[in-house]
Amino acid sequence: MTTEALALIVFLPLLAAAGAVVLPKAWLALMIRIGLLPLPVLLLIPTLEVAHNGAYRVALAGHDSPLGIAWQLDPLSLLMLWLNVGMTLLVSLHAGFSFRPGSDRAQRFWPLWLLLFAGMNALVLSADLFNIYVTLELVTLTAIGLIAVEGKPAALRAAMRYLLLALMASLLYLLGVGLIYGETGVLDLYMMTDRLEPGWLAITAMALMIVGLLIKAAIFPLHAWLPAAHGNAPGPVSAILSAMVVKVSIYLIWRLWFWSASEWNLDTAAQLMGVLGGLAIIYGSLAALVQPRLKMIIAYSTVAQLGYLLLLFPLASALAFQAASYHLISHGMAKAAMFLAAANILKSVGTDRLSRLAGIDQRLPLDVFALALGGVSIMGLPPSGGFLAKWLFLEAAWQAKAWGWLILVVLGGLLAAAYLFRVLAVICLHPRRHGGQASVRRAPNLASVAALLLALGAIVAGFTSAPILDLVEAGLPPGLQP
Amino acid sequence: MDSSTLYVLAAAVLFGVGVYGLIVSAHLMRKLFAVNIMGSAIFLLLVATAGPVAGHPDPVPQALVLTGIVIAVSATAFGLALMVRLGQETGRATLGIQDEPENDD
Repeated sequence: MTTEALALIVFLPLLAAAGAVVLPKAWLALMIRIGLLPLPVLLLIPTLEVAHNGAYRVALAGHDSPLGIAWQLDPLSLLMLWLNVGMTLLVSLHAGFSFRPGSDRAQRFWPLWLLLFAGMNALVLSADLFNIYVTLELVTLTAIGLIAVEGKPAALRAAMRYLLLALMASLLYLLGVGLIYGETGVLDLYMMTDRLEPGWLAITAMALMIVGLLIKAAIFPLHAWLPAAHGNAPGPVSAILSAMVVKVSIYLIWRLWFWSASEWNLDTAAQLMGVLGGLAIIYGSLAALVQPRLKMIIAYSTVAQLGYLLLLFPLASALAFQAASYHLISHGMAKAAMFLAAANILKSVGTDRLSRLAGIDQRLPLDVFALALGGVSIMGLPPSGGFLAKWLFLEAAWQAKAWGWLILVVLGGLLAAAYLFRVLAVICLHPRRHGGQASVRRAPNLASVAALLLALGAIVAGFTSAPILDLVEAGLPPGLQP
Repeated sequence: MDSSTLYVLAAAVLFGVGVYGLIVSAHLMRKLFAVNIMGSAIFLLLVATAGPVAGHPDPVPQALVLTGIVIAVSATAFGLALMVRLGQETGRATLGIQDEPENDD
């Protein structure tokens, strides 16, 4: 039963994507529904399985490793699945407006969208390094296609830059996979732990894979492709890219680090990862502070917020793992909400240049409200999911007596407040707020509702943390269990 | 020098050529070729270093490389399509910083 449900969770969107390409235009709306709507119901089956038995392993079609495809469902992958399904469904509500089935644009957009969805579900389930390579390529190529889907020159250029870097990153990752196989004779994330001796070859292999993934995750100083790509993509695409696609690369680094290499002593490397995270937080925030366009501010904010996910490595405790997981969830919702709201503003005003947005809150109250709520969570103000994540980070740093990281988390919050209040101040307090916005058209209501729902989700995450944190605790990696 | 060392050296040289091409050339087609050369280097390395299992060649690295080639071909095709579209929209197939317009829409 669980096997079938998991297979459907991947293959239903995949088949729907294929259907959306080959079937006549009139079928598109049906294909979208088939590919998206049954997923939350299907996910209940694996959820029950994890609740009762903890983890679940599938050898697809009865072929086990190394040549078969093995999937492993554990609490962390279940969390990622729920996050991906939930976010994709809510963002699809918005995409249903901006890419309404029936148009040519929709015909180009939805197959890629469904393929990306299927690829990400498969990626978080995969238990073997090579299958992860294939799904990672699927995710990256569809993501790049989605950035370029409207054919605007700036987006095309950003997509091209992303493609070249992503191809290089994939090659580094693949080389690492090949070396690991040469060393251990297995490709399974969870089976290689005992066989992986920290010799120079294994260390090189691990470093190659992690650098490849850091490029795909746009971690400073490998972030150069991200702001242009996320800032110029269509709204729903920016939302899912910032909320999910970059995060799955970090999720994979966690898997390699805390599962496959759990026997290694990685203290020095962990400090280095933490420093990269810290630089990302400071650089991303400062760059966000000086951007003239709203979507670019949000994109640079993603560069900064991704840095927190790397603080898990130096802190390396159960509490830090909960903090990082919770940050992943709340940032995902808040950032998706902000990108959708920014897309609605851009569509109504015709520009997202900050200087032209004075007084827009009177015309587009829902969107500005969603933007502000998302911002509250990103800044880490209570009561929000972002606040809880930052609080857990502070607690983890406090317990580890890691004062440097503690100061960094506080500083990151202050910088986020600075660049987000700059946006809100221009919109709500600018002296020119009473003129020039009369021509603004209202965005479609449901598109604003989608942004608002995600923003509310990020706030509500501050109250309903218990089940999620329990789930994260049940899925702690072997080395971090208290 | 045995043959496998030779292959590893050849792979290293190829990889270097690829990295050089990717950084130096401005035209996107050359950049895509450069990435493909880097890919060939990695495929060569993987096949050359795959040890035999019980007297037979190990099929797993071969399968990895084969899949890698398929992915590289499709990614290259996609990259070329992207390049053509960029050429149609902007009149050139480069990514120079100087053509980055102040885009307001």
